[in-house]
Order: sequence, then structure tokens, then C-alpha cells
Amino acid sequence: MKWVKVIVSFILTLSFLSFPSCAFQSDELLVDDEEFGLEGAPQHRSPEPIPTRSPPVTSPTRKRHSDLDSDSKIQFSLDHAFGDSDFSPAGTFSARLKTWSHGGQTLTKLRFSRNSFSDVEKEKFKNLLESDDFYRIRLPSNVLSPPGRDFIISSVKARCLPRESLDEHFVIHMEGVNVLAVNYGSPGSCPYPRNLKLPAKWSFSSHTVLKNREQAPRAPVFTEEILGGENAEGEVLQPAERSFWAKYWMYLIPLGLIVMNAITQAMNMPEEQATGLVPAQGQPSAGAVQRGPSSAVRRR
Amino acid sequence: MAIRSFLILFILFFFSSLNPILSLYEDQVGLVDWHQQYLGKVKQAVFHTHKTGRKRVVVSTEENVVALLDLRQGEIFWRHVLGSNDVIDGIDIALGKYVITLSSGGSILRAWNLPDGQMVWESSLRGPKHSKSLLLVPTNLKIEKDNIVIIFSNGRLNAVSCIDGEVLWEKDFEGESLEVQQVIQPPGSNLIYVVGFASSSLFEMYQINALNGELLKHESAAFSGGFLGEVSPVFSETVVALDSTGLILLTVSFQNGMISFQQTPISNLVKDSFGPAKIIPSSVTGIFAIKMNAVTIVIRVTDENKLEVVEKTNHETSISDALPVSEGQQAFALVQRAGPEIHLRVKLAHNWDDNLLKESVKMDQHRGLVHKIYINNYIRTDKSYGFRALIVMEDHSLLLLQQGEIVWSREDGLASIIDVTTSELPVERDGVSVAKVEHNLFEWLKGHMLKLKGTLMLASPQDIAAIQSMRLKNSEKSKMTRDHNGFRKLLIVLTRAGKLFALHTGDGHIVWSYLLQSLQKSKVCQHPIGLNLYKWQVPHHHAMDENPSVLVIGKCGPSSDAPGALSFVDTYTGKELSSLSLVHSVAQVIPLPYTDSTEQRLHLLIDADKHAHLYPKTPEAISIFERELSNIYWYSVEDDNGIIKGHALRGKCTGEVADEVCFDTRELWSIVFPSESEKIIATVTRKLNEVVHTQAKVIADQEVMYKYISRNLLFVATVALKGSGEIGSVTPEESWLVAYLIDTVTGRILHRVTHHGSQGPVHAVFSENWVVYHYFNLKAHRYEMSVIEIYDQSRADNKDVWKLVLGKHNLTSPISLYSRPDVITKSQSYFFTHSVKTIAVTSTTKGITSKQLLIGTIGDQVLALDKRFLDPRRTVNPTQAEKEEGIIPLTDSLPIIPQSYVTHALRVEGLRGIITVPAKLESTTLVFAHGVDLFFTQLAPSRTYDSLTDDFNYALLLITIVALVAAISLTWTLSERKELQENWR
Repeated sequence: MKWVKVIVSFILTLSFLSFPSCAFQSDELLVDDEEFGLEGAPQHRSPEPIPTRSPPVTSPTRKRHSDLDSDSKIQFSLDHAFGDSDFSPAGTFSARLKTWSHGGQTLTKLRFSRNSFSDVEKEKFKNLLESDDFYRIRLPSNVLSPPGRDFIISSVKARCLPRESLDEHFVIHMEGVNVLAVNYGSPGSCPYPRNLKLPAKWSFSSHTVLKNREQAPRAPVFTEEILGGENAEGEVLQPAERSFWAKYWMYLIPLGLIVMNAITQAMNMPEEQATGLVPAQGQPSAGAVQRGPSSAVRRR
Repeated sequence: MAIRSFLILFILFFFSSLNPILSLYEDQVGLVDWHQQYLGKVKQAVFHTHKTGRKRVVVSTEENVVALLDLRQGEIFWRHVLGSNDVIDGIDIALGKYVITLSSGGSILRAWNLPDGQMVWESSLRGPKHSKSLLLVPTNLKIEKDNIVIIFSNGRLNAVSCIDGEVLWEKDFEGESLEVQQVIQPPGSNLIYVVGFASSSLFEMYQINALNGELLKHESAAFSGGFLGEVSPVFSETVVALDSTGLILLTVSFQNGMISFQQTPISNLVKDSFGPAKIIPSSVTGIFAIKMNAVTIVIRVTDENKLEVVEKTNHETSISDALPVSEGQQAFALVQRAGPEIHLRVKLAHNWDDNLLKESVKMDQHRGLVHKIYINNYIRTDKSYGFRALIVMEDHSLLLLQQGEIVWSREDGLASIIDVTTSELPVERDGVSVAKVEHNLFEWLKGHMLKLKGTLMLASPQDIAAIQSMRLKNSEKSKMTRDHNGFRKLLIVLTRAGKLFALHTGDGHIVWSYLLQSLQKSKVCQHPIGLNLYKWQVPHHHAMDENPSVLVIGKCGPSSDAPGALSFVDTYTGKELSSLSLVHSVAQVIPLPYTDSTEQRLHLLIDADKHAHLYPKTPEAISIFERELSNIYWYSVEDDNGIIKGHALRGKCTGEVADEVCFDTRELWSIVFPSESEKIIATVTRKLNEVVHTQAKVIADQEVMYKYISRNLLFVATVALKGSGEIGSVTPEESWLVAYLIDTVTGRILHRVTHHGSQGPVHAVFSENWVVYHYFNLKAHRYEMSVIEIYDQSRADNKDVWKLVLGKHNLTSPISLYSRPDVITKSQSYFFTHSVKTIAVTSTTKGITSKQLLIGTIGDQVLALDKRFLDPRRTVNPTQAEKEEGIIPLTDSLPIIPQSYVTHALRVEGLRGIITVPAKLESTTLVFAHGVDLFFTQLAPSRTYDSLTDDFNYALLLITIVALVAAISLTWTLSERKELQENWR
């Protein structure tokens, strides 16, 4: 746990002082777009707010590089509300803003620091738990110029959050520097009916995921050659080679029945000798199968 | 032995009858499908007066149809649907053989051959600026033996040759603020007058030589009072206009190029003024009409430009255009509605006091007022003039009146359907009158004998015709009671005119129609708009003694905060049960999945201020609703803003609107699309009443996948702002299309995928756990269709049979959307040749039958495409197991099989929507496509595996059995006899 604390304090100092990020400069290429930041450690600092508090929070503390593909630090705040109350700051996201040579900007290395609940907030949250009401959060829709066009709101039934501690899970859908949506909820399931359960620890363990857009699979493009092999496009399923039985079972079953009948007949015939059944004339063709043996018997 | 042979025979017979049918045979057309052709509300009609064609009339309609009708029966000789972006401005007949149409804001002029409707020529006309479009066909004005058509459009006057559409001369009117109002061609002269207003207080008159377009004279005169609205020509060199206050009538004459005004305050003409007036333009010499509120005043202009009131009436009056009768004389008609009758008067223009004709016609109350009238004359048997009138009613129907009777009527309101719902028919019982359907036994046998003859190829051509007509006229299908298979239903449709129709699915006849009073123009509501139809009450428990009803929702005017109006209509009788005019607006209607004890469905109406109002307003409904209050979520899409919001209900309304059934809402989540890069162009949800048979899907290797089935999924498609224009207006690099699957309770984005280089319009359909959408791929220069299927992984470990047996599974536990979803999606894209107007999907009662997509193609046909073609699991070389599962080898484009057009040879002109309704029989779904035309059919996506077809030959079966029994007894006796002989030997 110790190292976590170290990281937290490191990040906090970083964000507070807008310290130039000379210590750790990631040159990592954005290969996968998910960044996990786990901030579970309770912050035993004074609950007093971090300097950037008012809703149109944090003017991003960026350092501009003149050249392309630059990185800069950015912060934006998370606000929360209990039921229908007004929003108040609840934590800060900090991330690295990457500017690509083609002009696009993306966020990487998202970190989140959550303010712990004050006593008043704890009381409010307890009320929410009792009334099975909504705990709501919001983010600015643009991280460079908060709040952007509007705030992004998300809410969850408060009873979904408490486990050991208060477990929360953010999925932030980004489009460049715009936040499209945030999906907020418990990291696991939230079984219905929701039971009232108070958390053992009044601290948050937060998981954050950043998602950027994905490419759709292209429509398959076939060369002529393959198409030719496909036997034209309209053709439904080439008739597969089926076994003999699968093909002719409908003929085989009646045939089997007839043969069986014929055999029993033949077995009975010698005993009864001439008294056996004589097929009549004009019988349907199917009778011809047995006529052979029976007439042979008669002739004997 | 005989039994054995019978068995074999039976087996053979059975297999021979299992002849798989892929599509329709020629003689099956019309058995279960019907097709009706309509035109839309007529906005102009021109009678063909040439000797040979006296029985025809050309009409143009608000659905942009130009058609030639038979005056005797009202049948369509030919018809052209020009499409929604080619609005018809005017029609006329030239040379007695061409129909001239001016359309697309006066930029396209076409001539159609009158007898057969073939296009003769087309010219495109351009001009310097946008303006009114006027079409004028002078009777005997010739330029070098060429008859001409005069068109004023886009600020330019054109003379076009009738023969080949060549522009003979053109003249621009580029005056900055000039608004041309009328183009007048005095008969018998070579002059054209173009009159209009400039800078709102200047009257402008141009005199033009019709032969070469030369400007002869240009005069203008100022009138300090300004002008309002239209002008009405009263004489060839005099027009009437209104001043800007609408209180003074101006008679403007421009004889010999001198413009003179003559003012007449309306208060001088009529004692009591009713506020500002409006001119109703008419082409009758010396007569015009003005309308003040509900009062219509007909005014005559005397030779000295004096005005005198000849009629003042409170009734809605329509005046026809002038009809030249004998030399220099003009006749015109006035028509009014008074109670159950309409009064028609035909007068001569210069003689107001006498009527040429005065008739009263009984008219169905549900046709409303008379909106338009067109008259035509004919010579009676006693050599005097007779008149017939074509009238357009408030419900958009078209009727022909002659000799005080309705000769024919067309329900052209059905060309503009807004919404469709269905209703069951009454249950069959003694009290219900069942149309004379029951045959006697002899008839039945005779019918089947005929069929048998047909089957055995013994039938003569007459017999075949008889069989075909018998099948088509099968009275069984148009019975007014419920049938066992659920094929017979009522289609309840709401038209733009505010009229409800009930159509029988059997043959498409109108069972009843009702003109909704709440959707009619009235003092409180000037522009009512019908919005939607909902099933209000569907009795199951009381099906014998209660009638189902529908809820019709409308609103007053196009603004979002216009007050709404509700009507409740009984679907058996077509009577309005009650109606409500609301104090709040209607932004959204949510049918809730709860019903009260009388089986009325609870509906939640959301107004523009995001308050929710519950209907019905009963204490019982409120108590049911309050129990479920915390489980009701809804979402709103603000397309112009690019924001989707989720809401929940909070409690009773507070504040000034303290109402028992009003509830406050609150915002739970929001998704804000970046305005510069994404614009919402399509949102689709699942159908509320869709039934899913199974959650699990067994895939080839005996694995189970669980479908993610949620009623709260929303498909959203956005495009780049630049790419929201027409196809091809941007480069592939600038355009992309993003598809989202959003959970509407929590606002979670479950899936988000970008198609680069793609563009709208997007048409999509959502069913079960999949969504299919159609868009344009700019890179491949082709249309594409993509499928997304979504599967639930949280249930994926329920594969163990023992777990299922011992009940250790989570399949029955309630699902909460607040749990973190664990879903996977599969998707695939295919090329598709056609552009698409609409997409629907078949739906069946239990959801067992496989699905087909119904694609409304650009050619106004409906194509059925198996969902299997849009399976994301298709691979190039499917394994044996996958093949057995029915996976089709991967191809890059979707096949269009000509036999799978459900509309076979027909076209549903102007196709707008496809509705599918499940029949009671699982294999069958009912399909209703509407546009300008209506089309209905039954579809069986997996063939009718659960019933014998209608034309199954029972008689043949019976006869076979009888013959077999006879053969058995015969062979029995024969064998007995032979045995006896053998024994005696």
C-alpha cells in the first residue's frame, strides 16, 4: 500500500504545483486505448478542497511545446450530487494530453484522485442509501475548456456502490478532447432487489477506463477469382455431400418394411404351402416385390 | 397386404404434396395480397375538353402525382409520381393532346402525351432569383405556327414551344424587390401583362409583346398604404388587391399603360367589419371573394370599377375557376356545406342573380367541408348545357357530382397515411352479423370438384377461370369476424387530413371512416396536426362484450409547445368515445406496460417542459403508476443539439401545475456529441411488442451464446457535420459515420464503432439482439449494410447441464441494468446494391420463425431478405458444422433475388413505411406497406410449416381414400374367391 501512497502524493504534488513533467516523460505510443488508474488509498489529508474547486474548474495546466506530437498535462474535475441536490466537487482527473502530428489530440494516462466524503456528505449518502435514490456525477464535455457545451451526467442507484468500501467504475468515452459520455456504476453486478448495506469503509476504490472510438470491420472485398468459386452470389448453400442414408432414408424405410414383410411371408409360406395369400391382379406396383417369391412358391 | 399398399400410396402422395414453394406463382397473385392506388389531395384539376377526350380529367396532387382520370368511373388511366422533392406548381393541357406540368419550384417543365402518359419532352428553366411560379397556356397565341406556353418562374418570363419544349424567348425581371403576382394574357391580343409589387408599396406593370418578349411598356405607381398578399385579376386590365392593413380594397387598373388606384374600405361594403381580410383569388371575370375570419364575401366589380357585395355568408365557400360556355360568357360554380348537404350553384359571370344550376347533394358528414371545386360542362340529351363538378373535400377525397348525385368518389386521403395500428375483429358469435358467407354443401363440393379437375389437368379454360375467380373472391377472407389463424384484422390508419380509416386486411375495403373533430381546423386550433395512434384498450378478458379502442394524439400547430389533443375511438364501430383538448404540449408519448382493470393501457405523455402526464386520469391508474414510479425511465433525443438525455420520474408536480396526474422528472444521464464532429441522423429502438422466443443461441460447436435482450437499447447513428449533406458532397476523408448502442436506463454506451468514409442517410432496424443499418460507403462508392449482434457474456457460463438441473444458474435471477454489463458484439458489413427508403423486419406471435428484413427499395418495391444473409458469423469457408447450422458462405454483397420481392410485379408508389403485424399462426406475418399506394400481403419467412395451404385439395384426399377403400374391398373379395377356387382344386 505504501507505494500507492507514494504515487498518489506524487501525482497530487504534480497537479498542484503544475510541476513540469521532467521526472517521467512517457513516450509510449497509444496502442491500446484503455488506461487503468486505480486509486484506492484513502487520503488522510484534510477534507478541505483542492485549490481548483468552482464548477468551471481547472483551467488546464498545460505546457505548450512548439513542436508537434507534444504532451501536456491536463486536469478536469468530477462533481457529484446526492439525489436532487446541487453538484459539488468530488475529485479530479488528471491526464496527459497528446497532440498528434495530424492535429488530433487524445488523452492518455488518466489518473483519478477522489476526495473522501466529509461527514456531511456521509450523512447525505446514508440518506440516499436509505431511500434507494440516485447518486449522480458529472464531467465537463470538453476537457480543454470546461464545461464545454454541457455537462455529461451519469447516475447510479446509491445502493449499487457499497461493498467493502465504496466501489466505483468509470468508463469515459472520449472523442478527441471531448467527453462523449461517462458510464458510472459499480464494477461488478448490482443484484435486484437492492438491499440496504452500509459500506465498511467510507473510502472509494475507483476504477477508470478511457475509451476511444473503434474502427468498424470493413466489408469483405472479394477478388473475381474467389467470387467465381463461390458460384454466384445469389446461390444459397451449395448442396453438401450427404450420406447415402441421409439422402434416401424416405425410400429406404418403406423398402425395409416391404422386405421385412416379404421375409415373414416367405417364412410362413412353406408351412402353409399352397394356402398362402395369392395376390390379386391389378394390385398397385408396390405389391410386385412380394409377388415374385410367392408365385415361385406356388409353382413348386 | 392391401393395407401395406395403401400405406405406400399414402407415403408417395404425401411426399409429392411437399413441393417447396420459394415464391409466388402467377395464379396466387391477389389471393392474400391486395394493392390500392391513390393520388393524394388534388390541388389542381383540368378537364380535357377536346371532343374525343371529354370523359377525362387531369389532376395534380399534394403528393406530387399527376394523373389522368376517367370521368365516368374515377379510374386512373395513367399516373406519374414525381417524388417528394419535385413539387408540382401547375398543370394545364396544351394543343389538346399534351399535359404540361411545371414542377420543382418552376424549374422543370414537362409535357406528357395525354392518352397514354408517355413523356414527350422536358425542359429545364433557370432564372436569376427565387420567385413565384406561374404557368399560363394561352388558347390561340402562336409564334410562327407554334403554340406557346408562358411560364414565369425564378424571376424570368419564358415562352416555350408546345411542340418540343424549346425556349423561344426569355425576359428577366431582376428588380431587387420585385415580387411578380400575376401574369395576364388578355384573350385575343398579343400582349402579356406582368404585374407585381416592388418594395411593398410600389405597383409595377410590365407590358410585353408575346411574340418576341420585347418590353413594350413599364409603369409603376406608388401606393402609400402598401400591399398585402395576393392579387386577383378581375378584368384583363384590372386587378384587385388589399392594402397592408387588410381593411381597404384596391382596384388597380392599368388600361393603356396608365395605372390608377381606386380605394374602397371594406367597412363601406359590409356594415360590421370582422378584422383583416384575405383575398381568395379567382379567375372569373368581374367577380372575386374575400374572407374575413369565418365570413366569406363575394364581390362584383362593375364596369366603372365600382365594387358591390353580392353575397355574404358564414359558410365556408369555394369558388371554381371560370369556365367559358358560349361566346364571351363565363360560368363558375360556388359550393357550400350546410349540415348534411352541400349546395352547388353554377352562375354566369355577368349575371349574378340567376343560377344556371342549383343542386343539393347529400354528403357523408365524415367528409367535412368542401375545399375545392372544378367544373366542366357537357351537352344534355335535350341540347341544353349540363354541368358536372369535381370537388375535393376536407378529408382529401375526390368526388364527381352530376345531376345532384355523387357519381363516384375516391378516398385519396389514404395516400397520406401518418400512422398505422391494428385491431382485432369481433369474436364470432350469434349476435354478430356474419356476411352471407356460408355455402351450402353442394356449392362446396362443386368448388372442390372444380379444383380437382384443375389438379388433374382436366379443366377447360372456362373452368380454370372459374377456379381463379373463386379463389380470389373467397368470401371467407373478408368476413367481419376473427378467424382462427388471425389473418383477418382491422388496419386502423390515421391520415394527414385527420381522418381515421379502418381497412379490412382480407381485401382492403374500408370498414368505417371517421373525421376526427379534434384534428379539424377550428377557432382555437388553426393548424391541427395528427401525430400518432396507440392501442388504448385491447380487451382480452372481456373480448365478448367490450370493444377495443385506439388513442389518437394530435397537436395544434407545428411548434413544440403547441397544446395537444386526444381522441379515443372505438375500433369496431368507428365512433369517437371521447376527446380531450389538453392544456399541455405533447413532446413524447410512452405507452406503459401496465393496464388497469378495464384493460386500458396506461400512457405517459411528456410535455415540452419535461413534465410527465399520466392517462387515463383515474385514481386506479394513478395507484398502479405510483407503485411502478421508481422503475420508469425514459430518454429524449435532441437531434439539432446533439444531446441524448435520460430521465426518471421524481414525484407529483410541484408549483403552479398542481395536477393529480402530473409528475416531475429529473435528468439521470446525458450524452453530448461534439457538435463539430458528430450529428445525430438516426435513432432506432426495438418494437415494444416484439416477442423473443429464446434467449440462447446454439452455435455450431454445441456452444451456447446468450442474446443480450433488453427493451432499453437504443441505436444511434451520427455522421460528421460536413458529411450530413447529400451523398458525394464530401470526400471520404472528411466523412465518417459512428454507430452506437446505448442503454437508455443508465446511459451506458455498450458499443461504439466508426465507419470511416461513410455517409448517411442511415436506415436502420432493431430486433431481438441485433441491429441492421444501411448507409453509403464513399470509398467503395456503394451502399453498405452492417449488422451488429450483441451477446450477454455474464450468462455465458450457464452451459453445464448439471448446473441447470440442480438450479445453480443465474438464468432466472432478475437482471438489473445497474450491474456492469459484460457484453460482446459481433458485426459485419456487406455491400448492397439498392438505396433504401425504409427497412422493417417480420414479426411473428411467438418469435420462433426466422426473420426476414423487408427493404423498401428506391423503386418502391418491398424486398424480403433473409436475416441469415446478414449474419456476422458468415465466413468464407464455413465448416461442416456451421453449414448445418445454416451459415451461408461469406460474400461481399447481399444477393437480390428477383423472386423475393414481396410486392411481386406491383409498385407501392411513394413508399413511406412498412408495418408488420404477427398473425395468430406462428409461421405467418402480415405486412402492410403504405405510401401513395397501399399494399398488404401475408408472408411466411420459413414457409407455412404449421398449416396446410388454402388451396389444399381436400376433395382429392377424400377421393383417394374412397378409391383405396374400394380397391381394398375389391381385392379382398377377389382374393377370397381365388382362395376358395384353389381350395376346391
